[in-house]
Amino acid sequence: MDAQRVNLDGFAAPDPSLGLVAMAAPADPAPSLVVNNGRVVEMDGVAEADFDSLDVFIARHGLDLDVAAETMALSDTDFARLLVDPFTPRAEVVRLTAGATPAKLARVLALLRPAELTMAMTKLRARRTPSNQAHVTNRLDDPLLLAADAATAAAFGFREVETTVPVLADAPSNAVACLIGATVAAPGVLIQCSVEEAAELELGMRGLTSYAETVSLYGTEQVFSDGDDTPWSKAFLTSAYASRGMKMRVSSGAGAEVLMAGAEAKSMLYLESRCVALARAIGAQGVQNGGIDGASVAASVPSGLRELMAENVMVMARNLESCSGNDALMSESDMRRTSRTLPIVLAGSDFVFSGFGSIQRYDNMFGPSNFNAEDIDDFLAMQRDWGVDGGLRTVPPGRLLDLRREAAQVCADVYRYLGLADFSHVDLAADAAGSKDLGETDTLAVLGAAQAIRHRGLTVVDIVAALDECGYPEYAERTLAFVRARLAGDYLQTSAIFDEQLSVLSLVTDPNDYAGPGTGYVPAPARQAEIDAIRQVRGVADLRRSQSALAVPGLLRPVGTACAGTSARDVVIGVSPALGADVWRCLSGASVADVLREMLAGLEEEGCVGRVVRFPATVDLGQIGLAAARLSGSGIAIGLQGKGTALIHRRDLAPLANLELYSVAPSVTLELYRLLGANAARHAKGATPDPARNPYSDEAIEARYHTTVIALMELERARVVPGAAPVELSLEGLL
Amino acid sequence: MNNETRALSGRPVDDLTLDAVRVSEVGLADLRIHPQTLERQAVIAQQHGNPQLAANLRRAAELTELPDEEVLAIYEALRPGRSSAAELTTLAGSLADRGLPRNAALVAEAAEVYVRRRLARAAATSSLPPQPPASAHPEPGPSSPPPANSR
Repeated sequence: MDAQRVNLDGFAAPDPSLGLVAMAAPADPAPSLVVNNGRVVEMDGVAEADFDSLDVFIARHGLDLDVAAETMALSDTDFARLLVDPFTPRAEVVRLTAGATPAKLARVLALLRPAELTMAMTKLRARRTPSNQAHVTNRLDDPLLLAADAATAAAFGFREVETTVPVLADAPSNAVACLIGATVAAPGVLIQCSVEEAAELELGMRGLTSYAETVSLYGTEQVFSDGDDTPWSKAFLTSAYASRGMKMRVSSGAGAEVLMAGAEAKSMLYLESRCVALARAIGAQGVQNGGIDGASVAASVPSGLRELMAENVMVMARNLESCSGNDALMSESDMRRTSRTLPIVLAGSDFVFSGFGSIQRYDNMFGPSNFNAEDIDDFLAMQRDWGVDGGLRTVPPGRLLDLRREAAQVCADVYRYLGLADFSHVDLAADAAGSKDLGETDTLAVLGAAQAIRHRGLTVVDIVAALDECGYPEYAERTLAFVRARLAGDYLQTSAIFDEQLSVLSLVTDPNDYAGPGTGYVPAPARQAEIDAIRQVRGVADLRRSQSALAVPGLLRPVGTACAGTSARDVVIGVSPALGADVWRCLSGASVADVLREMLAGLEEEGCVGRVVRFPATVDLGQIGLAAARLSGSGIAIGLQGKGTALIHRRDLAPLANLELYSVAPSVTLELYRLLGANAARHAKGATPDPARNPYSDEAIEARYHTTVIALMELERARVVPGAAPVELSLEGLL
Repeated sequence: MNNETRALSGRPVDDLTLDAVRVSEVGLADLRIHPQTLERQAVIAQQHGNPQLAANLRRAAELTELPDEEVLAIYEALRPGRSSAAELTTLAGSLADRGLPRNAALVAEAAEVYVRRRLARAAATSSLPPQPPASAHPEPGPSSPPPANSR
C-alpha cells in the first residue's frame, strides 16, 4: 500500500497559526457590519479607524449598502440554503450576496457540503453554457509547435488559450503563434500571453492578445504589498485593460498567503473571501481561483478540496465570471486529481479549468496542470459518461493532423513574409507530441522574431495583411472579424466568450437560468451528439466489418445434417451459429481456425477423433455443448462460441452444468484450447483429468470486452435458425 | 454587433475590411475601443447587477484618452512605496483638471489611505516624476517562485 502514488503527496497537520486550515480558523472574525449615514464604520469586527487597505476598498466600493442590512440579518444557514435552493433565483442570491461582508460569505460557503456546492455551482455560474480554457506553451517557445498546439486546443473546443514563456522576451512571438494557430482551427478563440503587466498590456493594445488573467489579488495587506500592489493599483490596472478593450479577470486562490508565511492565522476560505470581495470592488468581471498555484496547499489539509470549490462558488455568488482552477497538478494520484476536478465538471463552470494542459506536462511552462494532453481522452469519456458539457469535443485524428500541419505552415509563412524568421520544420512541428520531438531548434531565431514584432510595433493588422498576402484570405478575414467583434465591447461583460460564429456568450447574452430539473443548460442535440461520439465508440456494424476482413472462405463447409456418432472415441466439437460464418476471430485474438485446430490436436493426442458440428438453433453455449454431447459417440463434447468461450459437456448433465469451462475468453491461449481438447478426450476415456483452469487477470476485462461481446453475440443471434438441425462441417479447411 | 460602433479613431468598425487592410488604411487607433462603447457597456453592466464593473468601465472610458506610457506611469505611481501622499494628490488634481474625474477620485482616495497604511513613500525622499517604466518592477511571472498566482 505504501507504494501507491498517493503516498507521494504531502498531507499537512492542520495548523491555524500558519493558515493551514481550510474553512474556519479561530482567528477568523465573526461577521459584522455597522453602517452610519451611508458609511461603513465597522466590518467583520474591525472598526473603520483600524481598517487595513483591503478593508477600506471593500467597505467603500464592494458592498451594496442598500441590501447589506437584510443580508447580514440572515442566519448563515438560511443564507446557505438560498444558494442551494433551485427555486431561489440566481438573481436573488446575487442581490443578497452584494451586501455580504467577506466573513459572512466565508461562513455561509463553509456550510455547503460537496453535493450542495455542486448544486450551488450549477445554479450560480453566470453563463449558461459551460466552457474551458487551455494552456499552450513549450520549453523552446517554438512558434510552429505553439501554432500547431493552439490549433489542437481550438479544435478540441477550448475557447480560451493561455500561453506564457520560459524566456520573457519571447512573449510577442508566442502571442502571434498562438493567435495564428487558434485562428486556423476555429474562429473566436481568446488568446492570452501571461507575462508582466506592461508587456501584457502592450500585446493586448496591439490586438495580438485578447484577454488577461494574471492580475493577482491576495487576502492580507502584507502579502498584497509583497506582491508589489495595492487595491488601488489593481483597480487602476483593471481599468487600464478595459481602456484598451481587453477582457481581464483577476487571480487569487487558497494557499498563496500560506506560502508567503503571511496568512495571519486566518483560514484559506476567509482570506479568499476577502480576495473575491475585492475583485468585485475593483470592478473586475471575473476571478480565476480554486487554489491555482496554492491548490496543493489547500489539498494538504482536511476538507481542502471542498474549500477550493467553495472559492469558485463564492465568485459566482458575487456575480463574477469563474475560471475554476484545476490548473495545477495537485496530486501524484490519478484518483485524487480526478476527485478534485470531477464535481466542477458535473456542475459546469464558466471555465471548468483555468488552464487544462492541452500540451505535454513537460512543455507546460505554468507547471503541469491537473489534467494534461494525455488526459484528453479520459476527459472526453467523463463528459460522455455523465452526459455533461465540459466544453470539449472529439477531433478525428486525420483532421487533427491536417489542422496542425496547416497551422504550422501558416505560421511559418507569416513569419517568413514579415521577415521575422525562416522556419522549415513544419512537418516536424505538426507531428510532434511535444518540444522534445523537435530536436535541435534555433531558439535565437525565436528571440529575434519576438524582438522584431516588438520593435517594429507589429499589430494584428500586420498579421491580417500577412495572412492575406501569403494566400490565406479566409484566415485573414477570420482574424479581422474578431478584431471588429472586440471593438463592440460586448466581450467585456461578465463571463464573455465568443462562440465559433463570433456571437458573444455572457451573463448578458446567455444568462444561466437554472431553476431545478428540466431547466438550465442542456446541450443542444448536435452538441450532445458531439459529446457522445468519442472516437473509441464501436457498434455491431464496426465489428461485422472487422470480422469479415478476416474471413476464410470455405473454412467450415457444411456437408449435411449431423448424425449421432457410434465410436466410443468420437468427440463432437459443437460450434455456435456464426463461428466461421460471420465471426472469425475470438476475443483473445486467436482465429477460430487455430482454436479448432488446437482442440482437434488435443483430442488426437489422447487418442480420440474430433469432428465439428454447427448448432444453428441456439446461441447458448450450455445448450450447444449438451446437444453436441448427445451426438458424440463418447457422450463427451466440447462447446465453442465465436467469442472463444469453451466448455466440456457430458450427455447426462443439465444444460447449465459442465465438466470444465473457459469463461474468460479474452485470456484463453491456444495452449489452453489444446489442453481442453486433451481433457475432453480423457473424459471420453473415462479418466478424471486435472481440470483446465481459467487464466484470471487483474485487468478490467469486462470494461475492455463487454461492448465487443455484445456485438459478437448480436452476430451469433442474427445467424440463429430456430429448430434447425445440427450441421456436420467439413474439416478439410482446417488441414 | 452594433452598426454604430466606432473605433477610437472615430472610424466605423464596419469599415475595417480586408480591402482597407490591403491598401494599408488601418492604424492602431482603428483597433482601439471608443469611450462611448465603454460607456454603453457600463450601462449594461449596471443593469446586470454589477455597478462595480460599470464604474470600472467608466474609469476605462476616461483612460482611452491617455497614451499607453502615461497609463503605465499612473499604475506605477499607485504601487506601494512609489509615491508620497502629496505626489498622489498632485496626480489626482492633474487628472481631474484633464477631465478624468473618476480616475482622479481613485488616486485621491489612494493618497488618503496610503498615508495611514504606510503604503506611501516617505515624503523626504526625491520627487515623483518621471516614473520608471512599470517593467522595472515586474509582477512575479511564471518563471518566478510564489507568491504570484502565475496561471
